[in-house]
Order: sequence, then structure tokens, then C-alpha cells
Amino acid sequence: MDVMPMILTMADVMPAAAEIFVAAAACVLLLVDALGGGRARGLAFVLAIAALAGAAWVSSTVGTDGRTVILWGHFVADPMGTVLKLFSYGAAALTLLYSREYLERRDLLKGEYLVLALCAVLGIQVIVSAGSFLSLYLGIEIMSLSLYAMVAFDRDDGVAAESAMKYFVLGAIASGALLYGISILYGVTGTFLIDGVAFAVAQGRAPDIGLLLGIAFIVVGVAFKFGAVPFHMWLPDVYHGAPTPVTLFVGSAPKIASFALAMRVLAEGLGGALDAWQDMLVVLAALSMAVGNLVAIAQTNIKRMLAYSTISHVGFILLGILAGNAAGYRAALFYTLTYVIMTTAAFGVVLWYSRKGFEADALDDYKGLNRRHPWFAFVMLLVMFGLAGVPPTVGFWAKLQVIAAVLDVRLTWLAAFAVLMSVIGAYYYLRVVKLMYFDEPVTAGQDESRFAVRLVLSLNGLAILALGLFPGYLLRLCEQVLR
Amino acid sequence: MIGLAHYLLLAGVLFAIAVAGIFINRRNVILLLMCIELMLLAVNFNFVAFSRFLGILDGQVFVFFILTVAAAEAAIGLAILVVLFRQRRSINVEDLDAMKG
Amino acid sequence: MDFAAVCLMIVLAPLAAALVAGLGGRYVGRAGAHTVCIAGVAISFAGSAWILARMLGGAAVFNENVYTWGVSDGLAMNIGFLVDRLSALMMTVVSFVSLAVHVYTIGYMRDDPGYARFFAYISLFTFAMLMLVMSNNFLQLFFGWEGVGLVSYLLIGFWYKRPTAIFANYKAFIVNRIGDFAFIVAIAIIAAYMSSLDYTEVFQRIPRAIGHDLFLTPGEPSKVITVICVGLFIGAMGKSAQVPLHVWLPDSMEGPTPISALIHAATMVTAGIFMVARLSPLFEMSPDALHFIVVIGATTALFMGLLGLVNNDIKRVVAYSTLSQLGYMTAALGAGAYGAGIFHLMTHAFFKALLFLAAGSVIIAMHHEQDMRRMGGLRKYLPVTYWTCLVGALALIGFPGLSGFFSKDIIIEALHHSRTEGAGYAYWCALIGVFVTALYSFRLVFMTFHGRERMDEHTREHLHESPWVVTAPLIALAIPSIAIGWLTVGPVVFGDFFAGALAQAPDGPIVVLGEEFHGPAAFMLHAFGSPAVYLALAGVVAAWYLYLKRPELPDRIAARFSRTYRLLVNKYYFDWFNENVVAAGVRNFGTSLWKRGDETVIDGWLVNGSARAVAALSAAVRHVQSGYLYHYAFAMIIGLSLLLGWLLLRS
Repeated sequence: MDVMPMILTMADVMPAAAEIFVAAAACVLLLVDALGGGRARGLAFVLAIAALAGAAWVSSTVGTDGRTVILWGHFVADPMGTVLKLFSYGAAALTLLYSREYLERRDLLKGEYLVLALCAVLGIQVIVSAGSFLSLYLGIEIMSLSLYAMVAFDRDDGVAAESAMKYFVLGAIASGALLYGISILYGVTGTFLIDGVAFAVAQGRAPDIGLLLGIAFIVVGVAFKFGAVPFHMWLPDVYHGAPTPVTLFVGSAPKIASFALAMRVLAEGLGGALDAWQDMLVVLAALSMAVGNLVAIAQTNIKRMLAYSTISHVGFILLGILAGNAAGYRAALFYTLTYVIMTTAAFGVVLWYSRKGFEADALDDYKGLNRRHPWFAFVMLLVMFGLAGVPPTVGFWAKLQVIAAVLDVRLTWLAAFAVLMSVIGAYYYLRVVKLMYFDEPVTAGQDESRFAVRLVLSLNGLAILALGLFPGYLLRLCEQVLR
Repeated sequence: MIGLAHYLLLAGVLFAIAVAGIFINRRNVILLLMCIELMLLAVNFNFVAFSRFLGILDGQVFVFFILTVAAAEAAIGLAILVVLFRQRRSINVEDLDAMKG
Repeated sequence: MDFAAVCLMIVLAPLAAALVAGLGGRYVGRAGAHTVCIAGVAISFAGSAWILARMLGGAAVFNENVYTWGVSDGLAMNIGFLVDRLSALMMTVVSFVSLAVHVYTIGYMRDDPGYARFFAYISLFTFAMLMLVMSNNFLQLFFGWEGVGLVSYLLIGFWYKRPTAIFANYKAFIVNRIGDFAFIVAIAIIAAYMSSLDYTEVFQRIPRAIGHDLFLTPGEPSKVITVICVGLFIGAMGKSAQVPLHVWLPDSMEGPTPISALIHAATMVTAGIFMVARLSPLFEMSPDALHFIVVIGATTALFMGLLGLVNNDIKRVVAYSTLSQLGYMTAALGAGAYGAGIFHLMTHAFFKALLFLAAGSVIIAMHHEQDMRRMGGLRKYLPVTYWTCLVGALALIGFPGLSGFFSKDIIIEALHHSRTEGAGYAYWCALIGVFVTALYSFRLVFMTFHGRERMDEHTREHLHESPWVVTAPLIALAIPSIAIGWLTVGPVVFGDFFAGALAQAPDGPIVVLGEEFHGPAAFMLHAFGSPAVYLALAGVVAAWYLYLKRPELPDRIAARFSRTYRLLVNKYYFDWFNENVVAAGVRNFGTSLWKRGDETVIDGWLVNGSARAVAALSAAVRHVQSGYLYHYAFAMIIGLSLLLGWLLLRS
């Protein structure tokens, strides 16, 4: 091992300023909560949002156009990372905003929840900026451990605890598989820096069988974090069992982390071994689209339905990644970002609609929503159209991009299959629309939300339409960060 | 002479035992946690063996990180287990079936 | 001001108004809703009129993409405007009629609970129609096309609690689906052969499609250009209600009376005519398609007019009249006289809007009674309505000097001179149609406004002229119905008004007619030497004799020619055929398959069945999600082993 100077200058840590900031903010929050007790809840909430806003400011300030590698290769700052981080902060902030009233009504708005959320964001940041498998692993664990705790956060809810247990055990297995893969990769390449692995793979220095073995295990880990079939089993139960705010959290920002994980490991580290993992992802993507869309049809719980919908969308994201070229990665990035926007709005409506003692998680609860709340029925309609990929919503562009990417690499059958599956998928999204617009209302509910929540949720929903009408900006952004 | 292959084989076997334990065991959640630890230990074996044979030290650094994370993981796992037990009065894996489909 | 901004304003103002009225209806209230919508459409009208004035003043054609929605495989999807004199004229007509409809709706829908919703619909309609008209590419054309279709379904089913309205809604939807399918297939073929969706580029690349054949039926090649044109025209047949896809239009009168009728009958249906004219460079390349068009148009013109003779619902008579007039326009297009078709479209928009609104005014006065057999003698109660309606009817039958006279006569002459195959048949259909038009128009006038008062006492007591919001549009429409033909026939049809916008074969009928044209007065004099004027006169006289002089006669004629009468009353059995043969046939076919075969096998054949199959598959697959942790772990292990096994096999 080379002897490296162990002196850190400010320039060496500045690119990681946002991570340091979030970690510090989490500590401050913990203190505020501990010292302030119950009275400081409102303050803690505001502080959490402020921390995310501050992190966004720091990230955009230190973010550069180029690629900076610090901390002896373990930390990478690049434009893709900046964009992914900014979207994660946004998704996390929206999540907290939407969840506040839900938690307040159930007396769950505690400081720990906010601290855990910030820690999860920290984990996501570390994954996004990981330059080595070590930082990647640490990021994954920081994020996952926070998420496990958040799922089990409502101590009086047995179902939530059960889903947390499932999530935890399966997640640990996936981490184990990922680590096993990393260890083999380390053995065959002699490094766990991602750039080093990429170099070794490109040089052909890695013996084939060992490399393949490592890749197989790593793909399992990545597929688990995404929730791709057959490593998806945790996802419906966690979405279903977790308190809705946590479901929203698990469903939004960590998807960005999953994408970053796939990009760092598969595209950057193992891009030279595309042949080896492309076929694996083809199978995973096809299975995910099929199982996700098919099983979603049979669901009666909207959280569970959205869980299966997530699985199918993961299939679509994988389509872009498996194309293995810049266009494909861009398509996958575009898909991920828009998916996060749509899923945030979807659960946002569920949260907005829920009351104390009324979870609003049964599909039947949405019957006749248009009659009572035409505006949010319209927002939900936009979300459903977006998820189904109906033009002119942004979901259409996302699907178009990934399918075009797959066509480019001559996987015509897979593209046709994806189109078929999105047609099947449209069925259950449009069923929600039918319930809202054509059925008689069964459940009453007053709109008790704060104005800010209604405003932000409306904007969130309209973004789906606006980005569909004007996709150019986001497309260009994806192009800029993934050259 | 014990070579690299032997260590790797041992790690592989440990890993397999851990995996098998997870899905064969249908009784006790605590056993699951132990299997997970075993799995991580298998990985550690790999890292140490590779580090030793490649003559590069950083594999062993990785092991320290894994050990630390494993401790945190166990803490979280046990905490969830306590919550679960308070609700269900059971830590039987077969009882965890409230959600399906 | 710059054109792009004005164009954007023209389309966006009604859209914004529709959003405000539709989504915020309960906040802005009724007055708010109609103020916003009328303001929106007024802006559109003002903008359109300004553009038309600029165009008449010699401004250059404006063709620009304002926004690129996306590019997929080199195929750009743009939002863009093509403003030349053709679209400027259409924009003005559409926004003017729309404005009149908006004002009129205040009075007509006053007591309806869906007031704001209705305004939202008609403003949305205006937006979609303007997008269609102003488009410079096929994608936007299709968007507008589907947009007006969507609003039309919404309007037909506006009173969604009425079963007949729902039925009419379905019918319009299904019939238009057939047309739209052909339409989008044609657009897809264009995209495939020309690699562009932009009008100008497509027209430049027409040679790429010429000389290529498609094999739609094995062994029989069809020219690509013909397939494109026929496909586009089948789309127009659905939207512009040409035989045999016309069946939805009479039923669409189920919507809230004259207003929606007007939207359908005087505005939306012209989309098909406009589209063919706009794409005339394509159609000119395909004589076979023109042959098809002229025959369909002429058939519609004559045979739909005949149906107007036997209907007693005032609104439906006007609707059948519209069908017939659309047939005239289509025939003109088929003859290659695109300018004449558009000219008739323009004049027709005014007098047909007038007739619909007059009918509406009558219906208001009669407390929503639409049966002409219970009217009569309304002249003295509704003077304004009477005189304006009379103007409309005279214009419709082609009374010399009024607007309909010029447009219809030119079409007949154009058919006479056309070289399109089948134009001879069309000429005779059009000529007989003139007589029929006069007969049913004056049957309407006489039965409604003259003769014995056949309504009950209660209705008679409450008869009075409609409020000014109803009569003002009537008067506003009566003026152009009289004068617009005289004023514009020279430049619009025979001048160079449409130069560059419409294709024109050097030996086309308009050119031939143009050589003989020496101003509107001379044209009128010339017309007295042709049979059309006398046929119209004969029609009026016949109507007078049958419905005023000897009102018992029509029933006797009906009894005498009972077979013909039944054929007409049953609308040539089109509906009967569709319901009992097409729909029932499909149903029976399905039932027999189901009864004979294994149900599960057949399930795959029917749409419903495949949905059921998917649901069953879904129910089966979800059992894998057993809820047990060790099953989940097992699935992961299986997945991992399969990946590893596959790797080992491969290497």
C-alpha cells in the first residue's frame, strides 16, 4: 500500500460539505429534541426542513461541472451526484411536509423520526457520492438502518413491526450478498475503489469466473435495493405495513439512491463487463414489469397497489440501465427522477386524504373523490396518468425514453414486452380514475390540511403535467450530467 | 498447506450455512439474526484471506467497518424484535404473516 | 405585435378560461364562469380578426414552431402554427361562431345546474378546434381532432342522467373511433414514408410515397398515397358525418339543444372538410381518393337531405340539413374545387348557426317542445326569430344574392366541370338536392311559423320573444348570412385569396369557372340560366302547397308511398342495420363461440376475456407472496442460484 499524506485540507473536504452538514444537523436535531422535549416538536420539524434546504444550498454551491475525487478515492463529487442529491433533499422535504399532519394526528411527530429521516438522507448522499465499495456499503447501511427503524417507528402497530422485521432480515441478506460480491471483486482486482475496479476490468486483469461470481452477487444486492423481481418480496409488505409517511419516504428518495448504486457499481465500476450483467438485468427487468403489473391488478389496498406499481417501474428503470450506453443511463435517470416526483405526489394525496382513524389506504376510499374534492381528484388523476405513461404527462416521456434506449441495443422483444406491460399496467391506474370520477362516494372527509400542504401537493401534481408538456428542461439536465 | 482456496471454501460454506439457516429456520427470529451475523463473518473471512494473500492491507480495514456496522445492525434488529414481541407476544417466524398477496 | 404571440394568445385564452370555469367553477360562480369564458373567446376572436385583416392586407404566411415537445428517433413533435389565409379564415369563423354560442348560452342554460361546466366545455372546445385549425403538423392536428371529439362526447352526454344521452354518447364515441383509427393509421404511414409530421415537409416529400405500393389485401397492391388519403378521409367521414359514418350526428342532438348542436353541426363537423382542404396537396396526388370522396359526398348531400323531409323534430331537421350541406362541401373537395368547399363551409357556418339558434329560440319559447306538429303560427309571437330564421332558410336554399346561393351554385357548377371520376353522378345528386333542400327548409318555416296554431292553451299563453342574449346573436348572424357571399365570392373563390394554401390543378373546375366569372352580379344573372334556381323555387312552392295550402296532402302521400316513407322514417335502416346486424352480429358471434367452445379458450378472443385472464393470472401470481419470511428469503436464494447457475452454464 502506498504511503499517502494523512493531512486533510479544507479543499479536501469541501466537496463533502453537504454530507457533513446533514450529519451535523441530525445531531443538532437530536439535541433540540432531547432538551426541548415535547414543546420543541414544531421547532424540530422546521429545523429538519431547514436542514434539507441548507443541504441543498451547500450542494449546489460546492457542486462543480467536473468530477472531483477526494478522500483517497472514496468520495466522488460529480454533476450527476449533485442532481441526485438535490432531488433527494426535495423528495425528503416533500415527504416531511406531507407527513406532518398525519403524524400529529396520531401523536407520532417525534424528534427521532426527523433524526432518522435526516440520517437516511445522509446515507443516500454517501451512496450517491461513493467512490469505493467501502463508502457505498457504509452509505447503504446508514440509509437502510434508518429506514428499518422508521418502518418500526410506530411502536403500537404490530403490522408495522412485522414489516420492519421482514425488511430488516431480507435487507441483511441482500447486504450480505452484496458484501460477498464485493469481497470476491476485491480478491480478483485487488482494490475496492470503483475506479480501480473499472481499470482492472478494462485491462482484463480480472479472471473471468471470479469476476462473474462477484457480479452475480452484486447484482443481487442492487436488485434488492431496487426491489426487482425476484428480490422484491419485501417491498409490498413494507409499503403496506409501514405508516404511510414512512411508505412515502421509503418509496421516494431511496429510489434515487438505488439508481446511484446501480450507476456507480454497474455502469462505472463494471461497465467493461456489460456482457456479464446485461442479460441478468434483462431477466430482472422483464420479470419485474410482468409481476409488478400483473399482481397490482389484484390489489385492493392502494399502498400495496403502489408497491407493485413500484416494482413494475423498477423494471422500466432497469431497461434504461441495461442498455449500457449514455442514452440508456440518461433515460434511466430521467425515469427515476420523474418516478420520484410522481410517487411523492401519489402518497401525498393518500396522506392528504387520511384522517385520524381513517387511513385512506383502501382503493374503495377513493370512490367519488371528484364529487367531494374535485381539485385533488384531478391531482390524483394526473398522478395516475403519469404512472400509466399517458401523454401528455411526463410518465409518457419516461417510458418513451427507456423503450427507445432498449430498441437502440436491438432488444426489440423486450421493448415490445415493455409496451405490452404498460398497457396492462394502465388498467389498474385508470381503475383509480374510474373510482374517483364515476362511482358514488362512500367515505366522507373534510379537507383539514394546511394551506402550505395543499399548495405544495398541487404544485407537485401539476409538475407531472408541466414536465410532460415541457420535457426539454429535465431532458437537457439529464443530458448534461451524463455525458 | 492451507492455501487461499481453502479459506475461500470455508467462507463459502459459512455463507451457505447462513443462507440455509435463514430459510430452513421457521421458529425463532433470534436465530435469523444469528444467521445474518454468520453471513457477515463469512464475508470477513473472504476479505481477510484476500488481504493476506494479495498483501494489501485495506481488505482488513473493510473488515473493521463490517464489524462495526454489524453491531449497529444487531442493535436495530433486536430493537425491532422487542417491538414485535410486545405486540405479538411471539417471536415465531411463522407468525409473521399478517400481510400477503 | 408578433404573430407567434398573437397565435399563442388566441389558443391559450379559451384554454385558460375553460380551466378557470371547469376547475374553479364553484369559486368563481355562474357569472364569473361566463364572464371569464366569454372574455377568453372574445380575445380569440379579436386576435383571429386581427390576423385575418393582416392576411388580407398581404402579410406573409406565418409558419413557425413555437415549441418542440420532443424528438423521438428524428421525428420531431412540435407545437406550431401555420397561419395563412385558409387558417385565418377558419380561425375567424370558428371563434366568431363560438363567441355567439357563448353569449347565447347565458340565456339558454340559465336554469341548468351544470352552467359553469357547460361553459368550460365550450371554451375547451374552442381551444381544441383552434389548435386543429392553426396546426402546422399532423400531431397537433390529431391532438385537436381528438380534443374536439372528446368535448363533443362530453357535450352529448352532458345530461348524463338521461339514458338516451348516454346512448347517443356511446354511439358518437364508437363511430368516431372507426374514423379516428383510419386517421391515425394514415398519419403513421405518413410518418413512416416521409419521416416528418410537418405539413410543409410532408408536402415536399410527397414524391417519396409515389410509386410505392402497400399490400393491404394479399396480392392486390394499393398506392401508398391513396391509402394515406383514403385513411385521412375516413377520419373526416367520422368527424364530418359522411355516409355511412353519419349515424352519430342526428343522435347527438340529445345534448343540450341548439348550442351543442351548433358546436357539433356547425363547427366541429367542418374539421373534416378543413382537414381535406388543408392537405389538398396530398389529395391532389390521388385521383382514386378524390373519386371516393366525391361519391361519398354527393350521396350524403342527397340522401341525408331526403331524411329532413320526414322528421318532425325541429332540431333534427336542421341536423339533417347540416349533413346534407356537409355532403355538398365534401363533393366540392372531391371535385378538386377546394376553395368552393371552404367557401360553402364559411357561408354555411353563418346561416346554419343562424338556423340552429333560431330553432333554439323557438324551443325556448315553446318550453322545450321540439315537435313541429305542435307548433304553427309562431310568426306573430316571435317576430325577430321569424325574420332571422327566414333569412337563414333563404340563404340555405340558395336564394339568389344570399350567401348560400353563391357557394352552392359554384359547387354544382364545379361538379359539372370536374374531371374526377364520378363527378357526373355527383352533379345530378347535387341538383336534385337543391329541390330537396328547398322543400325541407320551407317545410320547417311553414310548419313552425305559419298556419294553424297547434300548441296547447298553456303554451300559447306563455309565448313571447326570447331575451336579447338570444335574439342579438340571431341578428348578428343574419347580416353575414345575407351579405357575406356577395362580398367575398370574387376574391375567395376565384381570386388569389387561397393562393398557396390550397392545391389547385391547372385545369381544375375552379379555374374553368373563374374564366367565366365577372363579378357577383353577373354571376347571379348567369345563374338564372341554369336549373338550380328554378329547382329551389319549385321546392319552396311545393312546400307551400303541401304544408300551407293542402296540409292534409303530406299524410296521404306518405300513405300512398308507404314503403318509401318507411325507408326514410327509418333513416335507410342504418341504425337498424348497425344495431341488429353489426352489433347483434358481433354479439351473436361471441355468444355462439362461447357456447360452443371451451370458455377458457375463447376468453382469449374477447377483450373482456383477456382482462379476466390477466386478473386470474394476477390472482395466481400473488399467491407467491405468501407472507412468510422464509418464502421470501427462499425466493431470493432461488434468484441468486439461477443467476449463478446461468453464469456457470455460460462460461
